[in-house]
Amino acid sequence: MQKAEKMQALRVFAAEIRLEALKTIGSLGFGHVGGSMSVVEALAVLYGEVMKVDPKNPRWEDRDWCVMSKGHAGPAMYATLGLKGFYPIEQAYTLNQPHTNFPSHTDRTKTPGIDLTTGSLGQGMSSAVGAALGNKMDDRANHVFVFVGDGECDEGQVWEGAQFAAHYKLDNLICFVDYNKRQLDGAVDDVMSHGKGIGAKFDAFGWNVIDVKDGNDVEEIYDAVMAAYDCKGKPTCIVLNTVKGKGATFAEPSGAHSSQPTKEQWDEAIAAAEAELAKVKAQ
Amino acid sequence: MNFTLIGKHENDSRANRDAYVTAMEELMAADSKVCHIDCDLYGCINTKKLENAFPKQTFNAGIAEANAMGVAAGLTATGRTVFMHSFGCFSSRRAYDQAFMSCAYAKLPVHVLGSDPGVCAAFNGGTHMPFEDMALYMAIPDAVVIDPTDYAMLNDLTKKLAASGKFSYMRMVRKGIVKVYDDGADFEIGKGVTLKDGKDVTIIASGIMVDEALKAQETLAAEGISAKVIDMFTWKPLDDELIAAAAKETGCIVTAENHQLKCGLGAAVAQSLAKSCPVPMEMVGVEDRFGQVGAQKFLQEEYGLTAAHIVEAAKKAISRK
Repeated sequence: MQKAEKMQALRVFAAEIRLEALKTIGSLGFGHVGGSMSVVEALAVLYGEVMKVDPKNPRWEDRDWCVMSKGHAGPAMYATLGLKGFYPIEQAYTLNQPHTNFPSHTDRTKTPGIDLTTGSLGQGMSSAVGAALGNKMDDRANHVFVFVGDGECDEGQVWEGAQFAAHYKLDNLICFVDYNKRQLDGAVDDVMSHGKGIGAKFDAFGWNVIDVKDGNDVEEIYDAVMAAYDCKGKPTCIVLNTVKGKGATFAEPSGAHSSQPTKEQWDEAIAAAEAELAKVKAQ
Repeated sequence: MNFTLIGKHENDSRANRDAYVTAMEELMAADSKVCHIDCDLYGCINTKKLENAFPKQTFNAGIAEANAMGVAAGLTATGRTVFMHSFGCFSSRRAYDQAFMSCAYAKLPVHVLGSDPGVCAAFNGGTHMPFEDMALYMAIPDAVVIDPTDYAMLNDLTKKLAASGKFSYMRMVRKGIVKVYDDGADFEIGKGVTLKDGKDVTIIASGIMVDEALKAQETLAAEGISAKVIDMFTWKPLDDELIAAAAKETGCIVTAENHQLKCGLGAAVAQSLAKSCPVPMEMVGVEDRFGQVGAQKFLQEEYGLTAAHIVEAAKKAISRK
């Protein structure tokens, strides 16, 4: 397949993930829409093109790993894994219902395809680092991807993990920073700013850093991952300049962390996502 | 279970930490999936030996316990059996959320080690003196929580934990410790060990308090009081059956622990007996206080963790029957 075709397929996959994630959260009426929407394109690139996974054997030893350290983006993961065939997508509609296998934050003991449990921010970084170390010790040719939020980078543990990964030269580890510039209490710059910038910090910790100007553009993300694969001897951080709430009509303007819109607003958002999917498919 | 009591109240000639290192050498040689991760404390528990012999199985995480705990979880997810070590204050308090969520909640059975338990932190002082480490780990669902008694037991239980597949926390005295059991002793996680039979009172102890309990038993015997002594090295899961049987047989209980009393061994035994066989109970342990700096001998006196305190508690418990 030519690259242009691949990218087109990824744009369609992203639009499908966004629609399914919105419908999943919408079935409950409230949830973490903002941070789920901003990572949709990156997840489409990973599961649509880049990662080696086997939906019928989620714990396949040679698989690529994906750790959603910003665990509240669970609904985006659930939509992605469902569309990829890890389980019937309908199952994700039990999100946060009693005894569900699809809780708010990603849980390796519950959902097929979830590699590590996250939710307490910062922790997915360290456990992803441990998984990368283990895979490297096993001489596997795979990669571990981890998503951290920009707000999450307030946590000291992110930097403890970054330090360890560089020290052990974990070039099989790729960290996406979902730089959507918002955290729960407002703008990242207002709540807790990041000095010379998150990318500059990773650089200072000895990482290869790639800045993706539009973190909601599948081609830019794909190119960044390919460049990361070429970097040996150190881990790579890909800073995704994203939009919190991207594509959710009620969430994008405010950049809210979690949302509980009205029924009409849900209907409007889902209709818009459906229209966007149809438009992308027609391209 | 199979063991021989030494009965001499004398320190082992070896540093206790070597019981762990020796067990790990055996485990690591047999299985390349067994790992140790440390927090800049190779020098304190002699694990540099492990790194030299097994460089792909031994990792130094630097002074960053929270990350080390998470790395241990990730390594475990790649099919490894991982022991994570720091001083007990740090491997409990400092990395507790990581132990809870990344390891236990995620069903990744990391084995956490906390060295210098309670008064054994001695000259590192109150900042480093965990009287609450066991309480924190007992609060984690399905965790195995152990306060081993001596070299032979630490060596045996390290191997038993590696084979258990259970998330665990185990204390580890680093330096001198009384040799209670002869080498080669064999224990079962979750089962207390009756060391002395008696009919007037039962003393239930763990860790460094086991030898104090044995000394107390001798003092009591000289005064005509017959004390049963149980080594309850596993605080969780607790051996409810043995505790209830001892309460029925002797009619009163004394517990002894190198830990605070609010949520420790005594509290756990009381909770167990309240449901099975409530009898008069006395508890030897640290009252609602922080640790402080000093020699271990001074600290045991200061916090009431000696054979004499157990004797006094035993007489009080008997008088309340």
